[in-house]
Amino acid sequence: MSRDRTPLALGLILAAIVAAGPFLPPWLLFILTLAIARGLVALGLMLLLRAGLVSFGQALYYCIGAYTAGALGIRLGVSDVLLQALAGAGVAALTAWILGFLLARYRGIFFGLLSLALSMILYGLIVKNEALGSTDGLNVLPSTLFGVRPHEGWVRYTVLVAAAGVAVIAALLVHRYLRTPLGRLAPAIKDNEIRVEYMGASARHAIHVKYVIAATLAGIGGALAATTVGHIDPEMAYWTTSGEFIFVAILAGTGSVIAPFLGALIFGAIHTVAYDLSPNTWQMSLGAALLVLIVFLPDGVWSLFARRKAA
Amino acid sequence: MAAILDAKGLHKNFGAVTAASDINAAIERDSVVGLIGTNGAGKTTFINMITGYLKPDRGRIHYEGRDITELAPRDITRLGICRSFQIPQLYASLTAFENMMVGVGVVLRNAGLGGFLSRGRPLVPGHDLPAEEAAARILERFGLAEYRDKNAQVLPGGVRKLLDIALTMVAKPRILLLDEPTSGVSAEEKFAIMEMIMKAVRAEGATVLFVEHDMEVVSRFAERVLAFYDGRIIADGPPEVVLNDPEVKRFVVGGELHRIDEAQGRARA
Repeated sequence: MSRDRTPLALGLILAAIVAAGPFLPPWLLFILTLAIARGLVALGLMLLLRAGLVSFGQALYYCIGAYTAGALGIRLGVSDVLLQALAGAGVAALTAWILGFLLARYRGIFFGLLSLALSMILYGLIVKNEALGSTDGLNVLPSTLFGVRPHEGWVRYTVLVAAAGVAVIAALLVHRYLRTPLGRLAPAIKDNEIRVEYMGASARHAIHVKYVIAATLAGIGGALAATTVGHIDPEMAYWTTSGEFIFVAILAGTGSVIAPFLGALIFGAIHTVAYDLSPNTWQMSLGAALLVLIVFLPDGVWSLFARRKAA
Repeated sequence: MAAILDAKGLHKNFGAVTAASDINAAIERDSVVGLIGTNGAGKTTFINMITGYLKPDRGRIHYEGRDITELAPRDITRLGICRSFQIPQLYASLTAFENMMVGVGVVLRNAGLGGFLSRGRPLVPGHDLPAEEAAARILERFGLAEYRDKNAQVLPGGVRKLLDIALTMVAKPRILLLDEPTSGVSAEEKFAIMEMIMKAVRAEGATVLFVEHDMEVVSRFAERVLAFYDGRIIADGPPEVVLNDPEVKRFVVGGELHRIDEAQGRARA
Protein backbone atom coordinates (compact mmCIF):
# COMPACT_ATOMS: atom_id res chain seq x y z
CA MET A 1 0.00 0.00 0.00
CA SER A 2 1.45 3.41 -0.97
CA ARG A 3 2.14 5.89 1.79
CA ASP A 4 -0.23 8.77 2.28
CA ARG A 5 1.70 11.84 1.12
CA THR A 6 -1.15 14.36 1.34
CA PRO A 7 -0.43 15.65 4.89
CA LEU A 8 3.24 16.17 4.00
CA ALA A 9 2.34 17.95 0.75
CA LEU A 10 -0.10 20.24 2.58
CA GLY A 11 2.55 21.04 5.20
CA LEU A 12 5.08 21.89 2.49
CA ILE A 13 2.59 24.12 0.67
CA LEU A 14 1.86 26.01 3.91
CA ALA A 15 5.60 26.38 4.63
CA ALA A 16 6.18 27.67 1.09
CA ILE A 17 3.40 30.26 1.44
CA VAL A 18 4.72 31.46 4.81
CA ALA A 19 8.31 31.64 3.52
CA ALA A 20 7.65 33.17 0.09
CA GLY A 21 4.82 35.52 1.11
CA PRO A 22 6.94 38.47 2.25
CA PHE A 23 8.66 38.58 -1.15
CA LEU A 24 5.51 38.48 -3.26
CA PRO A 25 3.77 41.60 -4.63
CA PRO A 26 0.46 42.58 -2.94
CA TRP A 27 -1.64 41.75 -6.02
CA LEU A 28 -0.30 38.19 -5.99
CA LEU A 29 -0.98 37.84 -2.26
CA PHE A 30 -4.53 38.96 -3.01
CA ILE A 31 -4.97 36.39 -5.79
CA LEU A 32 -3.54 33.63 -3.63
CA THR A 33 -5.81 34.41 -0.68
CA LEU A 34 -8.86 34.59 -2.89
CA ALA A 35 -7.85 31.28 -4.49
CA ILE A 36 -7.72 29.72 -1.01
CA ALA A 37 -11.19 31.09 -0.21
CA ARG A 38 -12.60 29.72 -3.49
CA GLY A 39 -10.66 26.49 -3.01
CA LEU A 40 -12.41 25.90 0.31
CA VAL A 41 -15.82 26.20 -1.37
CA ALA A 42 -14.68 23.86 -4.15
CA LEU A 43 -13.37 21.40 -1.55
CA GLY A 44 -16.92 21.17 -0.20
CA LEU A 45 -18.31 20.80 -3.72
CA MET A 46 -15.84 17.96 -4.24
CA LEU A 47 -17.44 16.04 -1.35
CA LEU A 48 -20.85 16.40 -2.99
CA LEU A 49 -19.53 15.62 -6.49
CA ARG A 50 -18.02 12.38 -5.21
CA ALA A 51 -21.53 11.36 -4.15
CA GLY A 52 -22.85 12.32 -7.60
CA LEU A 53 -24.46 15.58 -6.50
CA VAL A 54 -23.87 18.97 -8.10
CA SER A 55 -24.90 21.94 -5.99
CA PHE A 56 -25.62 25.00 -8.11
CA GLY A 57 -26.05 26.98 -4.92
CA GLN A 58 -22.84 26.92 -2.87
CA ALA A 59 -22.79 30.71 -3.23
CA LEU A 60 -25.56 30.66 -0.60
CA TYR A 61 -23.10 29.59 2.08
CA TYR A 62 -20.24 31.62 0.62
CA CYS A 63 -22.44 34.70 0.96
CA ILE A 64 -23.65 33.71 4.43
CA GLY A 65 -20.04 33.34 5.55
CA ALA A 66 -19.12 36.71 4.05
CA TYR A 67 -22.07 38.59 5.56
CA THR A 68 -21.53 36.93 8.93
CA ALA A 69 -17.90 38.10 8.88
CA GLY A 70 -18.98 41.58 7.73
CA ALA A 71 -21.75 41.89 10.31
CA LEU A 72 -19.45 40.68 13.07
CA GLY A 73 -17.08 43.54 12.26
CA ILE A 74 -19.66 46.25 11.70
CA ARG A 75 -22.08 45.39 14.54
CA LEU A 76 -19.75 43.91 17.15
CA GLY A 77 -16.37 45.33 16.14
CA VAL A 78 -14.86 41.85 15.77
CA SER A 79 -12.27 42.08 13.01
CA ASP A 80 -10.18 38.99 13.81
CA VAL A 81 -9.77 36.89 10.65
CA LEU A 82 -10.02 33.57 12.48
CA LEU A 83 -13.02 34.54 14.61
CA GLN A 84 -14.82 35.77 11.50
CA ALA A 85 -14.04 32.53 9.68
CA LEU A 86 -15.27 30.53 12.67
CA ALA A 87 -18.51 32.52 12.86
CA GLY A 88 -19.00 32.24 9.08
CA ALA A 89 -18.54 28.48 9.35
CA GLY A 90 -20.98 28.21 12.25
CA VAL A 91 -23.82 30.16 10.66
CA ALA A 92 -23.36 28.36 7.32
CA ALA A 93 -23.33 24.96 9.04
CA LEU A 94 -26.47 25.69 11.02
CA THR A 95 -28.30 26.92 7.91
CA ALA A 96 -27.19 23.86 5.95
CA TRP A 97 -28.20 21.51 8.73
CA ILE A 98 -31.75 22.91 8.63
CA LEU A 99 -32.00 23.08 4.81
CA GLY A 100 -30.29 19.69 4.56
CA PHE A 101 -33.42 17.91 5.83
CA LEU A 102 -35.09 19.08 2.63
CA LEU A 103 -32.19 18.85 0.17
CA ALA A 104 -30.93 15.40 1.21
CA ARG A 105 -34.18 13.96 -0.16
CA TYR A 106 -33.36 15.04 -3.70
CA ARG A 107 -30.92 13.79 -6.30
CA GLY A 108 -29.70 14.84 -9.71
CA ILE A 109 -31.14 17.92 -11.35
CA PHE A 110 -33.67 18.42 -8.53
CA PHE A 111 -30.89 18.71 -5.94
CA GLY A 112 -29.01 21.13 -8.20
CA LEU A 113 -31.93 23.39 -8.97
CA LEU A 114 -33.23 23.42 -5.40
CA SER A 115 -29.83 24.49 -4.13
CA LEU A 116 -29.76 27.18 -6.84
CA ALA A 117 -33.22 28.40 -5.82
CA LEU A 118 -32.20 28.70 -2.18
CA SER A 119 -29.15 30.81 -3.02
CA MET A 120 -31.26 33.08 -5.24
CA ILE A 121 -33.73 33.56 -2.37
CA LEU A 122 -30.86 34.83 -0.21
CA TYR A 123 -29.74 37.09 -3.08
CA GLY A 124 -33.25 38.53 -3.30
CA LEU A 125 -33.46 39.04 0.46
CA ILE A 126 -30.16 40.93 0.63
CA VAL A 127 -30.94 43.09 -2.41
CA LYS A 128 -34.19 44.19 -0.72
CA ASN A 129 -32.56 44.81 2.65
CA GLU A 130 -31.24 48.34 3.27
CA ALA A 131 -29.60 47.34 6.56
CA LEU A 132 -27.44 44.86 4.66
CA GLY A 133 -26.45 47.50 2.13
CA SER A 134 -28.85 46.33 -0.59
CA THR A 135 -27.15 46.06 -4.02
CA ASP A 136 -24.24 48.29 -2.92
CA GLY A 137 -23.17 45.89 -0.18
CA LEU A 138 -21.06 46.79 2.83
CA ASN A 139 -17.44 47.54 3.55
CA VAL A 140 -15.70 45.16 5.93
CA LEU A 141 -13.46 46.29 8.82
CA PRO A 142 -9.70 46.00 8.24
CA SER A 143 -8.48 42.64 9.47
CA THR A 144 -6.71 41.80 12.71
CA LEU A 145 -5.18 38.53 13.89
CA PHE A 146 -5.22 37.50 17.56
CA GLY A 147 -6.18 41.06 18.48
CA VAL A 148 -3.21 42.59 16.67
CA ARG A 149 -3.63 44.91 13.73
CA PRO A 150 -0.78 44.17 11.30
CA HIS A 151 1.33 47.00 9.96
CA GLU A 152 -0.06 48.57 6.76
CA GLY A 153 2.24 46.66 4.40
CA TRP A 154 1.69 43.32 6.15
CA VAL A 155 -2.11 43.06 6.20
CA ARG A 156 -2.32 41.04 2.97
CA TYR A 157 0.45 38.70 4.08
CA THR A 158 -1.17 38.17 7.50
CA VAL A 159 -4.56 37.37 5.98
CA LEU A 160 -2.93 35.02 3.45
CA VAL A 161 -1.07 33.10 6.16
CA ALA A 162 -4.19 32.89 8.33
CA ALA A 163 -6.26 31.71 5.33
CA ALA A 164 -3.60 29.16 4.33
CA GLY A 165 -3.46 27.85 7.91
CA VAL A 166 -7.24 27.46 8.06
CA ALA A 167 -7.33 25.84 4.61
CA VAL A 168 -4.61 23.32 5.47
CA ILE A 169 -6.44 22.30 8.65
CA ALA A 170 -9.72 22.03 6.72
CA ALA A 171 -8.07 19.99 3.97
CA LEU A 172 -6.48 17.62 6.51
CA LEU A 173 -9.83 17.11 8.25
CA VAL A 174 -11.59 16.42 4.95
CA HIS A 175 -8.75 14.09 3.96
CA ARG A 176 -9.32 12.10 7.14
CA TYR A 177 -13.09 12.19 6.67
CA LEU A 178 -12.73 10.66 3.19
CA ARG A 179 -11.08 7.63 4.83
CA THR A 180 -13.86 7.04 7.34
CA PRO A 181 -16.66 4.60 6.51
CA LEU A 182 -19.03 7.56 6.07
CA GLY A 183 -16.60 9.27 3.70
CA ARG A 184 -16.16 6.05 1.70
CA LEU A 185 -19.91 5.87 1.10
CA ALA A 186 -19.81 8.78 -1.40
CA PRO A 187 -18.85 6.86 -4.57
CA ALA A 188 -21.13 4.01 -3.46
CA ILE A 189 -24.09 6.40 -3.24
CA LYS A 190 -23.19 7.76 -6.66
CA ASP A 191 -23.04 4.24 -8.15
CA ASN A 192 -25.92 2.44 -6.47
CA GLU A 193 -27.96 4.04 -3.73
CA ILE A 194 -30.36 1.10 -3.41
CA ARG A 195 -27.48 -1.20 -2.60
CA VAL A 196 -26.23 1.26 0.02
CA GLU A 197 -29.61 1.04 1.74
CA TYR A 198 -29.62 -2.76 1.46
CA MET A 199 -26.25 -2.88 3.19
CA GLY A 200 -27.75 -1.13 6.19
CA ALA A 201 -26.65 2.48 5.63
CA SER A 202 -28.72 5.61 5.17
CA ALA A 203 -27.75 7.42 1.98
CA ARG A 204 -29.87 10.40 3.00
CA HIS A 205 -28.03 10.80 6.28
CA ALA A 206 -24.66 10.50 4.51
CA ILE A 207 -25.68 13.20 2.01
CA HIS A 208 -26.97 15.44 4.80
CA VAL A 209 -23.60 15.22 6.56
CA LYS A 210 -21.71 15.95 3.33
CA TYR A 211 -23.99 18.90 2.61
CA VAL A 212 -23.32 20.41 6.04
CA ILE A 213 -19.55 19.92 5.70
CA ALA A 214 -19.63 21.49 2.22
CA ALA A 215 -21.59 24.47 3.55
CA THR A 216 -19.21 24.91 6.49
CA LEU A 217 -16.25 25.04 4.11
CA ALA A 218 -18.10 27.52 1.87
CA GLY A 219 -18.90 29.65 4.94
CA ILE A 220 -15.21 29.80 5.86
CA GLY A 221 -14.37 30.62 2.24
CA GLY A 222 -16.90 33.44 2.21
CA ALA A 223 -15.60 34.93 5.46
CA LEU A 224 -12.01 34.82 4.17
CA ALA A 225 -13.07 36.38 0.85
CA ALA A 226 -14.90 39.19 2.70
CA THR A 227 -11.87 40.11 4.73
CA THR A 228 -9.57 39.77 1.69
CA VAL A 229 -11.62 41.96 -0.64
CA GLY A 230 -12.74 44.31 2.17
CA HIS A 231 -16.22 44.53 0.68
CA ILE A 232 -19.27 42.29 0.50
CA ASP A 233 -22.26 42.49 -1.83
CA PRO A 234 -25.26 40.34 -2.83
CA GLU A 235 -23.41 39.18 -5.98
CA MET A 236 -21.70 36.71 -3.66
CA ALA A 237 -24.99 34.76 -3.52
CA TYR A 238 -25.76 35.13 -7.25
CA TRP A 239 -25.94 32.02 -9.40
CA THR A 240 -22.91 33.03 -11.46
CA THR A 241 -20.82 32.87 -8.30
CA SER A 242 -22.05 29.30 -7.72
CA GLY A 243 -21.14 28.63 -11.34
CA GLU A 244 -17.58 29.78 -10.71
CA PHE A 245 -17.26 27.30 -7.85
CA ILE A 246 -18.49 24.46 -10.04
CA PHE A 247 -15.99 25.61 -12.67
CA VAL A 248 -13.22 25.39 -10.09
CA ALA A 249 -14.36 21.98 -8.82
CA ILE A 250 -14.57 20.48 -12.32
CA LEU A 251 -11.28 22.12 -13.31
CA ALA A 252 -9.68 20.55 -10.25
CA GLY A 253 -11.11 17.02 -10.26
CA THR A 254 -12.04 14.97 -7.22
CA GLY A 255 -8.80 13.03 -6.84
CA SER A 256 -7.31 14.82 -3.82
CA VAL A 257 -8.10 17.45 -1.21
CA ILE A 258 -5.28 19.57 -2.68
CA ALA A 259 -6.93 19.61 -6.13
CA PRO A 260 -9.63 22.24 -5.37
CA PHE A 261 -6.99 24.74 -4.27
CA LEU A 262 -4.94 24.10 -7.39
CA GLY A 263 -8.13 24.50 -9.43
CA ALA A 264 -8.95 27.76 -7.69
CA LEU A 265 -5.45 29.07 -8.38
CA ILE A 266 -5.71 28.21 -12.07
CA PHE A 267 -9.17 29.78 -12.16
CA GLY A 268 -7.76 32.94 -10.53
CA ALA A 269 -4.93 33.06 -13.07
CA ILE A 270 -7.24 32.58 -16.08
CA HIS A 271 -9.65 35.15 -14.65
CA THR A 272 -6.92 37.72 -14.03
CA VAL A 273 -5.26 37.34 -17.42
CA ALA A 274 -8.58 37.24 -19.30
CA TYR A 275 -9.85 40.31 -17.47
CA ASP A 276 -6.61 42.11 -18.16
CA LEU A 277 -6.70 41.33 -21.88
CA SER A 278 -10.37 42.06 -22.43
CA PRO A 279 -12.41 43.35 -19.48
CA ASN A 280 -15.75 43.04 -21.30
CA THR A 281 -15.46 39.53 -22.66
CA TRP A 282 -13.40 37.75 -20.01
CA GLN A 283 -16.18 35.22 -19.52
CA MET A 284 -15.58 34.05 -23.10
CA SER A 285 -11.97 33.17 -22.31
CA LEU A 286 -13.09 31.38 -19.17
CA GLY A 287 -15.66 29.40 -21.17
CA ALA A 288 -13.07 28.48 -23.79
CA ALA A 289 -10.69 27.31 -21.05
CA LEU A 290 -13.38 25.09 -19.55
CA LEU A 291 -14.20 23.67 -22.97
CA VAL A 292 -10.56 22.75 -23.60
CA LEU A 293 -10.36 21.22 -20.15
CA ILE A 294 -13.44 19.04 -20.49
CA VAL A 295 -12.19 17.73 -23.85
CA PHE A 296 -8.60 17.03 -22.81
CA LEU A 297 -8.78 16.48 -19.03
CA PRO A 298 -12.28 15.22 -18.26
CA ASP A 299 -11.20 14.13 -14.76
CA GLY A 300 -9.73 17.54 -13.95
CA VAL A 301 -6.22 18.93 -13.61
CA TRP A 302 -5.48 16.56 -10.75
CA SER A 303 -5.67 13.59 -13.13
CA LEU A 304 -2.29 14.77 -14.51
CA PHE A 305 -0.72 14.09 -11.12
CA ALA A 306 -2.64 10.86 -10.60
CA ARG A 307 -1.55 9.58 -14.02
CA ARG A 308 2.08 10.36 -13.31
CA LYS A 309 1.86 8.49 -10.04
CA ALA A 310 0.25 5.49 -11.73
CA ALA A 311 2.88 5.41 -14.48
CA MET B 1 -37.87 -25.71 16.56
CA ALA B 2 -38.89 -22.07 16.82
CA ALA B 3 -39.24 -20.12 13.58
CA ILE B 4 -36.66 -17.37 13.02
CA LEU B 5 -38.91 -15.79 10.39
CA ASP B 6 -42.67 -15.96 10.35
CA ALA B 7 -44.80 -14.52 7.55
CA LYS B 8 -48.53 -14.56 8.18
CA GLY B 9 -51.33 -13.81 5.73
CA LEU B 10 -49.29 -11.63 3.34
CA HIS B 11 -51.24 -9.97 0.56
CA LYS B 12 -49.88 -7.68 -2.13
CA ASN B 13 -51.65 -6.27 -5.16
CA PHE B 14 -50.17 -4.19 -7.94
CA GLY B 15 -53.30 -2.61 -9.39
CA ALA B 16 -55.40 -5.51 -10.68
CA VAL B 17 -52.51 -7.98 -10.43
CA THR B 18 -52.27 -10.07 -7.26
CA ALA B 19 -48.58 -10.67 -6.53
CA ALA B 20 -49.13 -12.27 -3.12
CA SER B 21 -52.25 -13.84 -1.76
CA ASP B 22 -52.41 -15.20 1.77
CA ILE B 23 -48.74 -16.18 1.99
CA ASN B 24 -47.98 -18.08 5.20
CA ALA B 25 -44.50 -19.38 5.89
CA ALA B 26 -42.60 -20.06 9.08
CA ILE B 27 -38.89 -20.48 8.39
CA GLU B 28 -36.85 -22.47 10.87
CA ARG B 29 -33.47 -21.36 12.11
CA ASP B 30 -30.45 -22.58 10.09
CA SER B 31 -32.64 -24.18 7.44
CA VAL B 32 -32.04 -23.91 3.69
CA VAL B 33 -35.24 -23.14 1.83
CA GLY B 34 -35.69 -23.10 -1.93
CA LEU B 35 -38.36 -20.86 -3.47
CA ILE B 36 -39.59 -22.11 -6.83
CA GLY B 37 -42.22 -20.93 -9.26
CA THR B 38 -42.57 -19.53 -12.75
CA ASN B 39 -41.82 -15.88 -13.42
CA GLY B 40 -44.50 -13.72 -11.87
CA ALA B 41 -45.48 -16.41 -9.34
CA GLY B 42 -44.61 -14.15 -6.39
CA LYS B 43 -41.17 -15.32 -5.25
CA THR B 44 -39.39 -11.99 -5.59
CA THR B 45 -42.41 -10.16 -4.19
CA PHE B 46 -42.12 -12.41 -1.14
CA ILE B 47 -38.41 -11.53 -0.78
CA ASN B 48 -39.13 -7.85 -1.38
CA MET B 49 -41.73 -7.86 1.40
CA ILE B 50 -39.41 -9.59 3.87
CA THR B 51 -36.60 -7.11 3.14
CA GLY B 52 -38.84 -4.06 3.39
CA TYR B 53 -38.66 -2.97 -0.25
CA LEU B 54 -42.40 -3.60 -0.57
CA LYS B 55 -44.95 -3.23 2.21
CA PRO B 56 -47.67 -5.92 2.18
CA ASP B 57 -51.25 -4.65 1.83
CA ARG B 58 -52.21 -7.08 4.60
CA GLY B 59 -50.39 -9.51 6.88
CA ARG B 60 -47.40 -9.33 9.20
CA ILE B 61 -43.80 -10.50 9.14
CA HIS B 62 -42.03 -11.41 12.38
CA TYR B 63 -38.31 -11.92 12.76
CA GLU B 64 -37.25 -13.57 16.01
CA GLY B 65 -40.58 -12.56 17.48
CA ARG B 66 -40.26 -8.92 16.40
CA ASP B 67 -42.68 -7.36 13.92
CA ILE B 68 -40.58 -6.04 11.02
CA THR B 69 -43.40 -5.42 8.55
CA GLU B 70 -43.11 -1.63 8.59
CA LEU B 71 -39.31 -1.32 8.82
CA ALA B 72 -37.17 0.22 6.07
CA PRO B 73 -34.72 -2.02 4.14
CA ARG B 74 -31.67 -0.63 5.96
CA ASP B 75 -33.22 -1.28 9.38
CA ILE B 76 -34.11 -4.84 8.38
CA THR B 77 -30.53 -5.33 7.12
CA ARG B 78 -29.20 -4.05 10.44
CA LEU B 79 -31.26 -6.70 12.23
CA GLY B 80 -29.46 -9.39 10.21
CA ILE B 81 -31.68 -10.07 7.18
CA CYS B 82 -29.61 -9.49 4.05
CA ARG B 83 -30.33 -10.10 0.40
CA SER B 84 -28.57 -10.52 -2.90
CA PHE B 85 -30.08 -9.56 -6.24
CA GLN B 86 -31.07 -11.36 -9.40
CA ILE B 87 -29.18 -8.70 -11.35
CA PRO B 88 -26.00 -8.01 -9.31
CA GLN B 89 -26.21 -4.65 -7.57
CA LEU B 90 -22.60 -3.54 -7.30
CA TYR B 91 -20.72 -0.27 -7.07
CA ALA B 92 -19.74 -0.29 -10.71
CA SER B 93 -16.99 2.35 -10.65
CA LEU B 94 -15.23 0.76 -7.67
CA THR B 95 -12.92 -2.25 -7.63
CA ALA B 96 -13.99 -5.55 -6.05
CA PHE B 97 -11.91 -4.68 -2.99
CA GLU B 98 -13.39 -1.18 -2.73
CA ASN B 99 -16.87 -2.69 -3.01
CA MET B 100 -16.02 -4.84 0.01
CA MET B 101 -14.54 -1.87 1.85
CA VAL B 102 -17.84 0.01 1.48
CA GLY B 103 -19.64 -2.98 3.00
CA VAL B 104 -17.12 -3.41 5.79
CA GLY B 105 -17.33 0.33 6.48
CA VAL B 106 -21.10 0.14 6.89
CA VAL B 107 -20.71 -2.73 9.36
CA LEU B 108 -18.17 -0.68 11.33
CA ARG B 109 -20.38 2.39 11.27
CA ASN B 110 -23.48 0.53 12.40
CA ALA B 111 -21.43 -0.74 15.34
CA GLY B 112 -20.39 2.83 16.18
CA LEU B 113 -16.77 2.16 15.13
CA GLY B 114 -14.38 3.72 12.64
CA GLY B 115 -15.77 7.22 13.10
CA PHE B 116 -13.93 10.48 12.50
CA LEU B 117 -12.44 10.58 15.99
CA SER B 118 -11.64 6.89 16.39
CA ARG B 119 -7.97 6.00 16.68
CA GLY B 120 -6.12 3.00 15.35
CA ARG B 121 -7.73 0.31 13.24
CA PRO B 122 -10.88 -1.03 14.87
CA LEU B 123 -11.79 -4.69 14.35
CA VAL B 124 -14.84 -5.30 12.19
CA PRO B 125 -17.55 -6.94 14.33
CA GLY B 126 -18.15 -10.55 13.35
CA HIS B 127 -14.89 -10.68 11.40
CA ASP B 128 -12.48 -9.77 14.21
CA LEU B 129 -10.09 -8.28 11.68
CA PRO B 130 -9.26 -4.70 10.69
CA ALA B 131 -11.28 -3.38 7.72
CA GLU B 132 -8.77 -4.10 4.92
CA GLU B 133 -8.04 -7.63 6.13
CA ALA B 134 -11.74 -8.40 6.61
CA ALA B 135 -12.52 -7.22 3.06
CA ALA B 136 -9.65 -9.27 1.61
CA ARG B 137 -10.72 -12.36 3.59
CA ILE B 138 -14.26 -12.31 2.20
CA LEU B 139 -12.96 -11.92 -1.36
CA GLU B 140 -10.70 -14.90 -0.74
CA ARG B 141 -13.51 -16.99 0.72
CA PHE B 142 -15.56 -16.44 -2.44
CA GLY B 143 -12.59 -17.13 -4.72
CA LEU B 144 -12.47 -13.49 -5.83
CA ALA B 145 -8.95 -12.59 -4.67
CA GLU B 146 -7.62 -12.44 -8.24
CA TYR B 147 -10.26 -9.81 -9.14
CA ARG B 148 -9.44 -7.63 -6.14
CA ASP B 149 -8.27 -4.58 -8.11
CA LYS B 150 -10.59 -4.95 -11.10
CA ASN B 151 -13.50 -2.57 -11.53
CA ALA B 152 -16.84 -4.21 -10.83
CA GLN B 153 -18.25 -3.13 -14.20
CA VAL B 154 -15.66 -5.10 -16.20
CA LEU B 155 -16.01 -8.36 -14.26
CA PRO B 156 -17.55 -11.42 -15.96
CA GLY B 157 -21.16 -12.31 -15.12
CA GLY B 158 -20.43 -15.20 -12.77
CA VAL B 159 -17.87 -13.16 -10.85
CA ARG B 160 -20.28 -10.24 -10.53
CA LYS B 161 -22.85 -12.63 -9.15
CA LEU B 162 -20.41 -13.94 -6.54
CA LEU B 163 -19.29 -10.41 -5.64
CA ASP B 164 -22.93 -9.43 -5.13
CA ILE B 165 -23.41 -12.37 -2.74
CA ALA B 166 -20.06 -11.69 -1.03
CA LEU B 167 -21.25 -8.11 -0.41
CA THR B 168 -24.35 -9.54 1.21
CA MET B 169 -22.25 -11.73 3.50
CA VAL B 170 -20.17 -8.80 4.83
CA ALA B 171 -22.82 -7.98 7.43
CA LYS B 172 -22.81 -11.58 8.72
CA PRO B 173 -26.52 -12.12 8.05
CA ARG B 174 -28.68 -14.32 10.26
CA ILE B 175 -31.02 -14.76 7.30
CA LEU B 176 -29.70 -14.70 3.78
CA LEU B 177 -32.12 -14.18 0.89
CA LEU B 178 -30.64 -15.03 -2.50
CA ASP B 179 -32.65 -13.98 -5.53
CA GLU B 180 -31.70 -16.39 -8.30
CA PRO B 181 -28.07 -16.81 -7.25
CA THR B 182 -27.26 -18.90 -10.33
CA SER B 183 -29.19 -17.02 -13.02
CA GLY B 184 -27.07 -15.78 -15.89
CA VAL B 185 -24.38 -18.27 -14.92
CA SER B 186 -23.27 -21.17 -17.13
CA ALA B 187 -24.60 -24.62 -16.27
CA GLU B 188 -21.10 -25.78 -15.26
CA GLU B 189 -20.65 -22.85 -12.86
CA LYS B 190 -24.04 -23.21 -11.15
CA PHE B 191 -23.12 -25.97 -8.76
CA ALA B 192 -19.71 -24.50 -8.03
CA ILE B 193 -21.31 -21.17 -7.10
CA MET B 194 -23.91 -22.83 -4.90
CA GLU B 195 -21.26 -24.97 -3.20
CA MET B 196 -19.18 -21.89 -2.47
CA ILE B 197 -22.17 -20.00 -1.07
CA MET B 198 -23.28 -22.92 1.07
CA LYS B 199 -19.75 -23.44 2.38
CA ALA B 200 -19.53 -19.77 3.42
CA VAL B 201 -23.02 -19.91 4.92
CA ARG B 202 -22.33 -23.09 6.88
CA ALA B 203 -19.22 -21.46 8.34
CA GLU B 204 -21.32 -18.51 9.52
CA GLY B 205 -24.44 -20.43 10.49
CA ALA B 206 -27.20 -18.54 8.69
CA THR B 207 -30.70 -19.39 7.51
CA VAL B 208 -30.94 -19.33 3.71
CA LEU B 209 -33.85 -18.70 1.38
CA PHE B 210 -32.98 -18.90 -2.29
CA VAL B 211 -35.02 -18.40 -5.43
CA GLU B 212 -34.06 -20.92 -8.10
CA HIS B 213 -35.33 -22.13 -11.47
CA ASP B 214 -32.98 -25.07 -11.84
CA MET B 215 -34.70 -28.00 -10.12
CA GLU B 216 -31.46 -29.96 -9.92
CA VAL B 217 -29.94 -27.15 -7.86
CA VAL B 218 -33.07 -27.00 -5.71
CA SER B 219 -33.20 -30.73 -4.98
CA ARG B 220 -29.50 -30.80 -4.19
CA PHE B 221 -29.26 -27.80 -1.87
CA ALA B 222 -32.70 -27.11 -0.39
CA GLU B 223 -33.92 -28.87 2.74
CA ARG B 224 -37.37 -27.48 2.21
CA VAL B 225 -39.12 -26.09 -0.86
CA LEU B 226 -41.87 -23.50 -1.14
CA ALA B 227 -43.60 -23.65 -4.52
CA PHE B 228 -45.26 -20.42 -5.65
CA TYR B 229 -47.98 -20.12 -8.24
CA ASP B 230 -50.13 -17.11 -8.99
CA GLY B 231 -49.16 -15.30 -5.77
CA ARG B 232 -49.88 -18.33 -3.56
CA ILE B 233 -47.79 -21.08 -1.99
CA ILE B 234 -49.17 -24.26 -3.52
CA ALA B 235 -46.77 -26.70 -1.89
CA ASP B 236 -44.43 -26.64 1.08
CA GLY B 237 -42.20 -29.50 2.23
CA PRO B 238 -39.04 -31.49 1.54
CA PRO B 239 -37.82 -31.26 -2.08
CA GLU B 240 -38.55 -34.90 -2.94
CA VAL B 241 -42.18 -34.37 -1.91
CA VAL B 242 -42.76 -30.90 -3.36
CA LEU B 243 -41.05 -31.55 -6.69
CA ASN B 244 -43.23 -34.65 -7.17
CA ASP B 245 -46.45 -32.93 -6.15
CA PRO B 246 -48.88 -33.13 -9.11
CA GLU B 247 -49.85 -29.46 -8.84
CA VAL B 248 -46.23 -28.38 -8.68
CA LYS B 249 -45.39 -30.63 -11.63
CA ARG B 250 -48.21 -29.11 -13.60
CA PHE B 251 -47.81 -25.42 -12.72
CA VAL B 252 -44.17 -24.99 -11.72
CA VAL B 253 -41.85 -27.71 -12.90
CA GLY B 254 -43.99 -28.44 -15.92
CA GLY B 255 -44.24 -24.73 -16.53
CA GLU B 256 -40.49 -24.54 -16.66
CA LEU B 257 -40.26 -27.48 -19.04
CA HIS B 258 -43.01 -26.06 -21.15
CA ARG B 259 -41.12 -22.79 -21.43
CA ILE B 260 -37.92 -24.60 -22.33
CA ASP B 261 -39.79 -26.52 -25.05
CA GLU B 262 -41.20 -23.27 -26.34
CA ALA B 263 -37.75 -21.68 -26.42
CA GLN B 264 -36.31 -24.67 -28.27
CA GLY B 265 -39.24 -24.56 -30.64
CA ARG B 266 -38.55 -20.91 -31.37
CA ALA B 267 -34.87 -21.63 -31.86
CA ARG B 268 -35.66 -24.34 -34.40
CA ALA B 269 -38.15 -22.17 -36.25
